[in-house]
Amino acid sequence: MSHRLANLFHGRPRLQVGALLAGPVGWLVVGYLGSLALLLIASLWSVNAVSGELVKNLSFENFETLLNEPVYRTIVVRTVAIAALVTVTDAIVAFPIAFYMAKVARSRGKAILVVAVLIPLWSSYLVKVLSWRNMLSGGGLIDWILEPIGLSGPGYGNTAVWLVMSYLWLPYMILPIFAGLERIPNSLISASEDLGASPFTTFRRVILPLTFPAVVAGSIFTFALTLGDYITPKLVSNNQFIGNVVFNNISSNLPFAAALALVPIVVMIGYLLVARKLGAFEHI
Amino acid sequence: MRLSKRSRILLRVAVGVGLAFIYIPLFVLAVYAFNSSKILEWPPPGLTFEWFPKAIESTAKDAFWTSIKVGLVATAIALLLGTLASLAVARHRFFGRETISFLVVLPIALPGIVTGVALNNTFTQVLGIDLSLFTVIVAHATFCIVVVYNNSIARLRRMSSSFEEASADLGANTWQTFRHVTLPNMRSALGAGGLLAFGLSFDEIIVTTFTIGAGEQTLPYWIYSNLFRAQQRPIVNAVAVIVVLISILPVYLAYRLTREEGGLAAARGGGHERIEGGGVETEATAVP
Amino acid sequence: MKTRHANPARTAWLIVAGLLATMLLFAGCGSSSSGGGGGGEELKKLGKGEGQVNLISWAGYVEPPWVKPFEQKTGCKVNNKVAGTSDEMVSLMRTGAYDGVSASGNATARLFEGGDVAPVNVSLVPNYKTVFADLKGQPYNTFDGKPYGIPHGRGANLLMWNSNEVKPAPKSWNVTLDPKVASKNKGKISQYDDPMSIAEGAVYLKAHDPELGIEDPYELNEEQFEAAVQLLKEQRPLVGEYWSEAEKQISSFASGDIHVGTTWQYQYFALKEEGKPVAASPASQGFLPEEGATGWSDTWMISSEAEHPNCMYMWMNWIIEPQANAEVAEYFGEAPAQEKACEHTENPNFCSEYHAEEPAFWKRVYYWKTPLADCGNGSEDCKDYNDWVQAWTSIKG
Repeated sequence: MSHRLANLFHGRPRLQVGALLAGPVGWLVVGYLGSLALLLIASLWSVNAVSGELVKNLSFENFETLLNEPVYRTIVVRTVAIAALVTVTDAIVAFPIAFYMAKVARSRGKAILVVAVLIPLWSSYLVKVLSWRNMLSGGGLIDWILEPIGLSGPGYGNTAVWLVMSYLWLPYMILPIFAGLERIPNSLISASEDLGASPFTTFRRVILPLTFPAVVAGSIFTFALTLGDYITPKLVSNNQFIGNVVFNNISSNLPFAAALALVPIVVMIGYLLVARKLGAFEHI
Repeated sequence: MRLSKRSRILLRVAVGVGLAFIYIPLFVLAVYAFNSSKILEWPPPGLTFEWFPKAIESTAKDAFWTSIKVGLVATAIALLLGTLASLAVARHRFFGRETISFLVVLPIALPGIVTGVALNNTFTQVLGIDLSLFTVIVAHATFCIVVVYNNSIARLRRMSSSFEEASADLGANTWQTFRHVTLPNMRSALGAGGLLAFGLSFDEIIVTTFTIGAGEQTLPYWIYSNLFRAQQRPIVNAVAVIVVLISILPVYLAYRLTREEGGLAAARGGGHERIEGGGVETEATAVP
Repeated sequence: MKTRHANPARTAWLIVAGLLATMLLFAGCGSSSSGGGGGGEELKKLGKGEGQVNLISWAGYVEPPWVKPFEQKTGCKVNNKVAGTSDEMVSLMRTGAYDGVSASGNATARLFEGGDVAPVNVSLVPNYKTVFADLKGQPYNTFDGKPYGIPHGRGANLLMWNSNEVKPAPKSWNVTLDPKVASKNKGKISQYDDPMSIAEGAVYLKAHDPELGIEDPYELNEEQFEAAVQLLKEQRPLVGEYWSEAEKQISSFASGDIHVGTTWQYQYFALKEEGKPVAASPASQGFLPEEGATGWSDTWMISSEAEHPNCMYMWMNWIIEPQANAEVAEYFGEAPAQEKACEHTENPNFCSEYHAEEPAFWKRVYYWKTPLADCGNGSEDCKDYNDWVQAWTSIKG
């Protein structure tokens, strides 16, 4: 039986491709993209305020509301700004660690470091956020540490969201950069030094350009994960982010939630296209 | 690479600060898991082990097993679909090939809430089916595919297709070639991808919230429900610590699996000298 | 480098795209909503229990002291999901996976209109006869002339404060709503995270800005609505947290992050039990600040898709069983729905302290209600729930 099937595929590359792709593409395109498209359509509908029934008349009123009410602009700007900030912060914090892991550590140290970086990924996201919430509360760890210097912690708010998100997504930035750095043969670096470059110049003109795609790959995750999160803003701030408003509106006003959800979709698709051009997809 | 002494020291400090940043909240969490009082104050008044047995006996146990079930099935589906897709892309040329990578990344690049709402809408409004563990598994598999796909494709690209051609020349049909030549060489990449996919599914909360049925709970969902209950908080902390400890093994395994090929080269060459252009595998680090 | 002759892969993609388009067309045309205005039939006869019942309730409504005897007596195992806001309750009910819900007035109309709840056959609920008369036949639990639920109890939203930090003891909502007074507690105010908070602003303005002519804090015309929204926007910078989980607010008060805010009796008594220095308006004032307060009169409603209707009816009867309702009321700290419960409370003066038998008292408590465009006095220009939700998003910023 398996012979017959195998012979059917032999020499017929197109059939092979078709069979291979039927499952994954079917699932992703029909199931996932289809769901996204349905959401897009839902954003053109509206809802009866009291009964919750969907009113399936096409109109742009949800998008009009999004554009006209200033609060939504504020929320989108806030979300995107913090996502960008988190990305930059993580890139800066991750690079030394990744560099040490890739180029300086010996094999056993490297193994330990990789495991050490991966373990927080496996600790529950929720518990990490809760831990930060405790640390940031009045009288928590951060206040306790800063008290002798006379400062107090940031408390809850945008700063807290930035801190916690930078913390949560850091491993997602470290790993691609680490992988990217490993791929740079040491001989390239030696050559640069032999040609008389200082370590800083080598870093700036050899290492950085070569790892840039990896950094972009990492940034896809830090940016995307921040853009859609609603749990962290809810737990460590009072401010609304895109995710919060979508979440709050899902049951009472799905079309409006769908309309707002289109914003991160559009942003991320744009981001992904740019990232692909920059070669980041080789590094995910 | 030759670094000046000062640079070395600065680098070590930066790494130290980074690691401290990563581990202090986990440390705080661990301390609270041993906290003898239910009230959160720092520093905690006393230490006790009592929360751990309570954690093991509590409803967290059911949630834990549900998470394991969901993770295993979702990973299996992701392994299947991810491998199939990677085989197609790595070994063939066809219309729309570049789009596949893009497509596969979407479920994980788009915010969880978007994926969750979209799938929820499709399940409940369009298909009219009830939410249940099945819907959760479908959702998890969707964003786990990319993890397997990336690991697998990286491996396939570096594995020259001449092996498969030789196998065909020797008379093996496509299935035999796959089973005896391709698959064994991909094992470690699939293993790493599978472990990472499992980890992703195990800790997922946002998409799960939108696709889970009324009576079910995965572990993150359980944690979220108990997050603010003062009585439960020490138990939640204990559960979290247990999960972290249990996960050290799979993490280490994932790391070792991808070091398999490069293991010899690294051992032979010592820490710093490395074979140009290849050598040490880096897929395990691809997309947690 | 595209070849001119037919490309099977491209054909395949086109087929997939075609499938997608067809599917979307189907989805667009299909209608999956249930008819408006009441759904399901009322139960005709009470049968045997189905072995379990799935409930959605407010924190503190479904607790072991009265759940355990119920389970033993009827064999119906109780699975309870605690929700923090009426929005949550409505969305959970719409999934059809639950048998019943303890709905407040800002959910009942929506559940009725959405066809998610069925009328209640009160002849199958013997204890209903002795429920307080002013809880029967009310606009929030009666639709189309039929009873749609069984009253659970009622209460007012409390103003709670930390007695060590907030002095002198506040007598009015100005401590959270008047920017001049509230700024003394900047960053330490806790406000309920729900559009119903706009009604709190309206209650405050009803007393302090009579020119606006606010009668019912849920029926607001443009001018009145804008005034209430403006009040809450001015409150925004002073708010320390917007709470929707009762437990979250308890932990905030306990840790000292929050000093004053709107709360429910559940949190108040939980904090007192932990020995925290909290206080609320005194019983002599009826637990109400000067202006009165918003509140709730909750109703147990049965789902139109209930899988365990018999157990649900048994639950609805049990919850207004005199002994059980007394326990319920005393545990939470609200006025019972059952007249006879007053004879069973541990504190013999409970009912009089909580004004359970004084309809006049409840005129100063404005039960949560679904804002509708229909103002009830002939005009149709009141703000409806969608406006309230949008405004609340704008307020939080």
